[in-house]
Amino acid sequence: MKGPSAIQVEGLTKRFGDFVAVDGVSFQVEKGEVFGLLGPNGAGKSTIIRMLCGILGPTAGGGTVAGYDVVRSPERVRERIGYMSQRFSLYLDLTAAENLEFYGGIYGVPPARLRERKTWAIEMAGLAEQQHRLTGELSAGWRQRLALGCALLHEPEVVFLDEPTAGVDPISRRQFWSVIYDLAAIGVTCLVTTHYMDEAERCDRAGLVFGGKLIALDSPEGLKGDPRVGAILEVECDPPAQAVEALRGVEGIRYARLHGAQVHVSLMGREDAEQRVARALEARGLRLLRAAPVRPSLEDVFVSLIREAEHAGAGGAA
Amino acid sequence: MSRGRLLGVADKEVRSILRDPRSLGVALLLPLVLLILYGYAINFDVKGLRLALYDPDPSEASRDLVASLTRTGYFRVVAALPRSAEAERVLERREAQLVLILPAGFAADLAAGRPVSVQTLIDGADSLTASVALSYLEAMIQDWWVRRAQAEWARGQPPVLIEPKVRIWYNQELSTTDFIIPGLLVVILMMLAALLTSQTIVRERELGTIEGLVVSPITAGELMVGKLLPYVGIALADVALIAGAGHLIFGVPLRGSPGLFVLLTFIYLIAALSAGLLISVSTQTQQAAYLIALVSTLLPTMLLTGFVFPLSSMPWVLRALVQLHPATHFMVIARGMMLKGATLAVLWPRALALTGLALALLVGSIRRFRKTL
Repeated sequence: MKGPSAIQVEGLTKRFGDFVAVDGVSFQVEKGEVFGLLGPNGAGKSTIIRMLCGILGPTAGGGTVAGYDVVRSPERVRERIGYMSQRFSLYLDLTAAENLEFYGGIYGVPPARLRERKTWAIEMAGLAEQQHRLTGELSAGWRQRLALGCALLHEPEVVFLDEPTAGVDPISRRQFWSVIYDLAAIGVTCLVTTHYMDEAERCDRAGLVFGGKLIALDSPEGLKGDPRVGAILEVECDPPAQAVEALRGVEGIRYARLHGAQVHVSLMGREDAEQRVARALEARGLRLLRAAPVRPSLEDVFVSLIREAEHAGAGGAA
Repeated sequence: MSRGRLLGVADKEVRSILRDPRSLGVALLLPLVLLILYGYAINFDVKGLRLALYDPDPSEASRDLVASLTRTGYFRVVAALPRSAEAERVLERREAQLVLILPAGFAADLAAGRPVSVQTLIDGADSLTASVALSYLEAMIQDWWVRRAQAEWARGQPPVLIEPKVRIWYNQELSTTDFIIPGLLVVILMMLAALLTSQTIVRERELGTIEGLVVSPITAGELMVGKLLPYVGIALADVALIAGAGHLIFGVPLRGSPGLFVLLTFIYLIAALSAGLLISVSTQTQQAAYLIALVSTLLPTMLLTGFVFPLSSMPWVLRALVQLHPATHFMVIARGMMLKGATLAVLWPRALALTGLALALLVGSIRRFRKTL
């Protein structure tokens, strides 16, 4: 019964009519690993998670979570996982403490254990003083941490967090991640979806989902060395926003995008690309301060691979 | 079925209900308001009907007849017509609702034992009032004639006398209130119960809290029954309010066993609340659920289950179909128990059908929920 990995996914596919939401996705997540799923909205991340939680049946393929088959025994899976949905799913008309009690109840946590776990969750979420306030009156950050507390009350083996930090302030996000690391340290497996690149950097491994397909999967460092990502030229220019404009459509340049105060330019070939950049900027009367090749950031990887997948998709259709 | 999980859901639902005292107030007051409103409004009793009289040959006998009509309060004479042709005019102008035309020589014919025919014209535009008025008038003239004949017989003139013996049981005054109030209980409970639960699941869907439920190990049965329980409490409180008000305000009795009545009402509530749940799991917005619950319970319950219109006057297809409506059976049970003191010995087929429908609706809503996961 028990599989070796915490999550094992094989050829997972979901179609809604003609639309292929998830297309033959396979991956494994080891126990205690923090695994990220990256991708733009609508890429299929949430659909993957829903199938792994056993609340959506796959059209083809399948997988195991905590050793149980998500198609054949979804109820076994549900007892062993925690899930925090992308949409806020707590009761606004209950207090923070009552939400915790409710989730403890429907997960069948014994009363004595529930008291301990509630204390833990309230402390973890920093809600000691707010626990008797209605959830509807709490700020977004607090609500998200409360939702996390509800998802963790029954001490699940595997936790699915679907964009847990969307719309949350940076300090709350940092606290959130420190909880995730604490969980991983005690052997809880975490699958997190996000579109924040700095969060992807924090994962042990991350998969890039686009158009329902898993188009890359590696550690953040491994992803940055992906051979499909071309050389990146970091350009300092004044003003940078106009430089992005000037470089759009120039031959030999895949894309140019703002990266902080600099512009990251993805080059197709090495040779005369730097001169092309310089000429294109000069033609617009923009001052080139500095240009140097840099190691791609995760965002560069993300943008490059998606461009490539889009081209492949367009080529395939033509 | 885990008791802990079921009670967890019920407990949460109770807290949510108590946090929203306005909705709770509506749930408890609305039935009372409806009962009082409809209890007074739906009334087929007719009093003070406007009667015009044409009596070409006034006599002691004709005066006695008219006096016996007006004494009861059901009729009052608004005009004495000089010509029978005037009848059309007073009916047309609605000065009178009916015209009584006595023949010339009314008293003489009566005395001679010759057949006497009395003509009545009725404004049939309001057919309900007309038929009630007609039956009153017929009965009263008959009654008058019988009493008169008896008096003559006592004086030693034996007439040919046929006395029809009509007796009305249970609702001796044929009061429509006694008939309407138990029916109102049935209709109001159906509508209210379905409305209450119609919001429960779809609200979770709208707010997104449904996701937390479906990924949890809770089963559809635990969720549905857990959702149902608190509303059974509210609905039972409504039953007490309606039955109490029906008794105190309208004087409607409960002649049957109170224990059995509560048990059967409980089963009926399960059916109605489950119907609401079924609507709730089948819809996407609270508004749609509300409208569907209102339309699908109120109209069929009022029109098709024998509340006002007897089933016996319906085409057989419809009559067969309404057997699938819990209210059809509970209508018979409520009237039987409140007015006649009916027992299970008579009501068991209805009780059985009601239980079957309640179970079917509950299981249906549970099944349906699983499908939409």
